[in-house]
Amino acid sequence: MAQVFGAAVKRREDPRLITGRGRYTEDVQLPGMLYAAILRSPHAHARLVQVDTAAAAAAPGVVAVFTGRDLAGKMGTIPTAWLPPDSDIKATAHPALAVDKVRYVGDGVAMVVAENRYAARDALDLIRVEYEVLPAVTEQEAALQPGAPLVHDDAPGNVAFRWRAGNATDEVFTQAEVVVRQRFRQQRLIPNPMEPRAAVADYNASTGELTLWLTSQNPHIHRLLLAGILGLPEHKLRVVAVDVGGGFGAKIACYPDEALVGFAAMQLGRPVKWSEDRREHFLATTHGRDMVLDVELAGRRDGTITAIRVRNTANLGAYLSTAAPGVPTILFGLIVPGPYQIPYAAVEVTGVFTHTTPTDAYRGAGRPEATYLLERMVDLFARTIGQDPVAVRRKNLIPADAFPYHTAMGLQYDSGNYQQALDKALAMAGYADFREEQARLRQQGRYLGVGVTTYVEICGLGPSQVAGAVGFQGGLWESATVRVHPTGKVTVFTGTSPHGQGEETTFAQIVAAKFGIPVEDIEIVHGDTHRIAMGWGTYGSRTTPVGGSALAVAADRVVEKARAIAAHMLEAAAEDIEFAEGQFTVKGAPGRKASFQEVALQAYLAWNLPAGMEPALEGSAFYDPVNFVYPFGTHVCIVEVLPDTGEVKLLRYIAVDDPGPVINPMIAEGQVHGGVVQGIGQALWEGAQYDDQGQLVTGTFMDYALPKAHFFPNLETAFTETPSPHNPLGVKGIGETGTIAATPTVVNAVLDALAPFGVREIDMPLTPERVWRAIQSGRDSA
Amino acid sequence: MIPKAFAYERAHSVAEAVDLLQQAGGAAKLLAGGHSLLPLMKLRLSAPAKLIDISRLDELRGVSVVGERLFVGALTTHHQVATHPLVCQHLPVLAEAAAQIGDPQVRNRGTVGGNLAHADAASDLPAVALALEAQLHVQSPAGDEVFAAEDFFLGPLVTALPEYGVLRAVSFALPPSGARSCYSKFPHPASGYAVVGVAAVVAVGARGTVEFARVAVTGAADVPYRARAVEAVLLGQPPQPEVLRAAAGHAADDGAIAGDAFASEAYRRHLCAVMTERALRRACGLADAAAGA
Ligand SMILES: Cc1cc2nc3c(=O)[nH]c(=O)nc-3n(C[C@H](O)[C@H](O)[C@H](O)COP(=O)(O)OP(=O)(O)OC[C@H]3O[C@@H](n4cnc5c(N)ncnc54)[C@H](O)[C@@H]3O)c2cc1C
Repeated sequence: MAQVFGAAVKRREDPRLITGRGRYTEDVQLPGMLYAAILRSPHAHARLVQVDTAAAAAAPGVVAVFTGRDLAGKMGTIPTAWLPPDSDIKATAHPALAVDKVRYVGDGVAMVVAENRYAARDALDLIRVEYEVLPAVTEQEAALQPGAPLVHDDAPGNVAFRWRAGNATDEVFTQAEVVVRQRFRQQRLIPNPMEPRAAVADYNASTGELTLWLTSQNPHIHRLLLAGILGLPEHKLRVVAVDVGGGFGAKIACYPDEALVGFAAMQLGRPVKWSEDRREHFLATTHGRDMVLDVELAGRRDGTITAIRVRNTANLGAYLSTAAPGVPTILFGLIVPGPYQIPYAAVEVTGVFTHTTPTDAYRGAGRPEATYLLERMVDLFARTIGQDPVAVRRKNLIPADAFPYHTAMGLQYDSGNYQQALDKALAMAGYADFREEQARLRQQGRYLGVGVTTYVEICGLGPSQVAGAVGFQGGLWESATVRVHPTGKVTVFTGTSPHGQGEETTFAQIVAAKFGIPVEDIEIVHGDTHRIAMGWGTYGSRTTPVGGSALAVAADRVVEKARAIAAHMLEAAAEDIEFAEGQFTVKGAPGRKASFQEVALQAYLAWNLPAGMEPALEGSAFYDPVNFVYPFGTHVCIVEVLPDTGEVKLLRYIAVDDPGPVINPMIAEGQVHGGVVQGIGQALWEGAQYDDQGQLVTGTFMDYALPKAHFFPNLETAFTETPSPHNPLGVKGIGETGTIAATPTVVNAVLDALAPFGVREIDMPLTPERVWRAIQSGRDSA
Repeated sequence: MIPKAFAYERAHSVAEAVDLLQQAGGAAKLLAGGHSLLPLMKLRLSAPAKLIDISRLDELRGVSVVGERLFVGALTTHHQVATHPLVCQHLPVLAEAAAQIGDPQVRNRGTVGGNLAHADAASDLPAVALALEAQLHVQSPAGDEVFAAEDFFLGPLVTALPEYGVLRAVSFALPPSGARSCYSKFPHPASGYAVVGVAAVVAVGARGTVEFARVAVTGAADVPYRARAVEAVLLGQPPQPEVLRAAAGHAADDGAIAGDAFASEAYRRHLCAVMTERALRRACGLADAAAGA
């Protein structure tokens, strides 16, 4: 059999998903099902004087209307699940429906439940709400000003928390040869997975059991949190997330809406469905990024970087979403020194409440923001000392022989060969030739630029001890059960919850390689708390390094037991049994053999097993990783800027990523493509904007520019494969490298193109107008 | 995104559609491709009590040349216009503009009549209609009427279409032989509509000077406009780069240019000039200006 680990096996889930046969939450239809709709605040900040639901409740088809007051004492508030240590975090209450005040446009005010979705929607217009509109503040630095409108009375100054870490002192900077300072704005992004959020709840009053179908990246976390909110014993709550159409972090959080759907089903004794529409998605699903970053980099004239420090003022929105406090702190701060040998680093974070949609993890979560500022600073530093930015990177990259490497932020990087990835990417790009071409074209009035990013990121967080130490209110291990059936077919149960990434294929490849059986013989089961013992879900590129490793350990346990049975069958010592390509053979006696399937059958018949051995063939693992893993790589982008309009033309994009051993190059490449276009989306097009009243002015696809396929050239991708010693597969993670690396690569390329105009900084997204204005002011000052 | 409840009725003739509109007394709307109307209804920005579906009226479909004008039936889709041999032969600028509307789904559903009747300030076709001195042929209770494009577009989503009127067709003047044209569009990265779109038709005479020039701009102002100031500079001049640039510099003169969150008024004015220059250069057979020149 051809090597299956590392093969470009086609995604097994795709025929189902692209022919409309997936089973998404919206596809769940139950007899007697009701439909919910949620009335959302049109004001960013207002006192609820009165909510009159009488007319809505009397409308045809309406079964019930709930307001915040109706929930009092019956349903808990929405918690946050990340409490960074050594911070004074204030976990202000987040009621599922507003009680006294609304705090952002989109905040839930009432829920209507009706016989069909049309009646539910129409009834929203019949609810009469009297708002006393109050001044709102949407920008984090404005929210910190004395006298700014308060989001929560119990969070003075709108400060949710302050957090700091690192070893860089003032002295390091006062004594430095060169100090570069810059402020960056990480604009707010709106995730927009293809499938919006949805929930279906079905309560069985006779067993007291509630089943909740959810658009979830982590059903077990949702079960844990929702059991608390709904006051249900955990074993009476089943959370199911079968096919989920993308999440990008936005389906990690525990939202009020899904909890309300469960609550309504329990109250009304009938199944209830709710689906967010796209407009609600823009308003009520968590946003990403939104940080103001003040950065200082210290270095020497020879190009050595000696220190970096950052003040991060992070906009958390109106409430603390589930993982939100961890994003601008742990996930951002720890990786600030990046792939460079920087002896001193420090981070200071202020988490700020504003009258906006809560922010939380968005693909990359903290690491794109950190990588952006670092890579931008390296280019500015290179410019300041008059060196080529690639030369400066090369000088500071951690050498391949320095691993494991201890960083100034206290991390231990596992493995790497950063220079190899850099060399490969530069060769693909033809960097040296490009510089000549660039100089030549500039003579003709054409402005081309190149951006190069060398990055490292953290993923596969764990062990769980570390989860505790960084304040994550959960574990970071993963479960896997590999159940071999009597015929040798296999069902795999994973606690991760893939939602588009392709693990139904790659996980089957891991097991197929272990057992020497076809991928078709293996079924991957995920996303159901009643079928899977426990798990922590899919986010932070943890699925393969942690969940895949759990799977490898469980599969190895199966092989060990099968080997013992085979030895018994073949009347040989277990040490003399070899297992390859699905056959157990006796060393030196190739004729004596038993297939994996034959051994499986014997395991179940149990007529003649080794003395004391239990029947059946199944392996389980609760795998806690020994440490994080650190994918890395180099991305290069070449752009042309049209000075007359400020348009940026993407000419080439090259991504060389090292995720450790690549299980499936086609799927890995797909992950890179998706990440890169989202990362470029942030650089050039995407950005949420609020007006003075706190209205989201980019609230539809007419105004919020999600990238489209025709915006891009062909992406050129390649991999290097440096195994991690931190897990049995050596794998690192590939889901977020694109959003982490692409944004600074493109922005640096544009600024490189604009170097003749002396342009140093343009706020993202780099819209044509902003680029054009930067050129104009460069021309004026020239 | 669920619209308010509405009644639906299919019209079997234009006359019936006019009758149905009149019976509904202003509470009904015509439904053609639905690609502008339904999104508004889903956002509940429009809530007609009744939709009168004209989408199967074959009498409103098709392209023909009659005398010095090319007629396009109101229900002809953008895709049909973009690929129709008569359009490509006589009015390539119309085909070029239609081909840049939205995406294939939109071009297969959206209709020329719907596009013009809806009169979004950033629609592509109004620029072409103005540049080609289009006439809009309308049937209403008052009978048949013809509106010049320049009198038709009154404001964002506001037209001179009479109450209970059905747009039957639009006819475009064929430019003099030898004329060349271009539709140059700066699309909004989110909506794909024109931030600025410029339609230019230019004919150079035997003496080597511009004898015929029609330029119109959409997207930049709250209503599309004919850029007469540009035309005035061009006429009688040789189509040389400096002339085209000087003319394009007047592209914003005839419109009330407006800014929004994506493009400020100043930038839009600038884009008017740049996109007009691009359109004129291509219409005059010059290569794109060297960037930055
Ligand atoms: C995703 C998307 C992208 C788009 N991008 C672009 C773009 O880039 N450029 C662009 O120009 N347009 C764009 N459009 C709009 C598209 O061109 C529409 O199809 C067109 O504007 C309306 O045509 P319709 O047939 O769909 O009209 P409908 O939506 O059916 O009707 C629109 C309005 O016109 C009225 N109406 C329709 N037909 C008649 C008639 N014969 N007589 C009188 N009144 C009538 C209707 O009552 C309604 O008020 C886009 C639309 C979508 C959905």
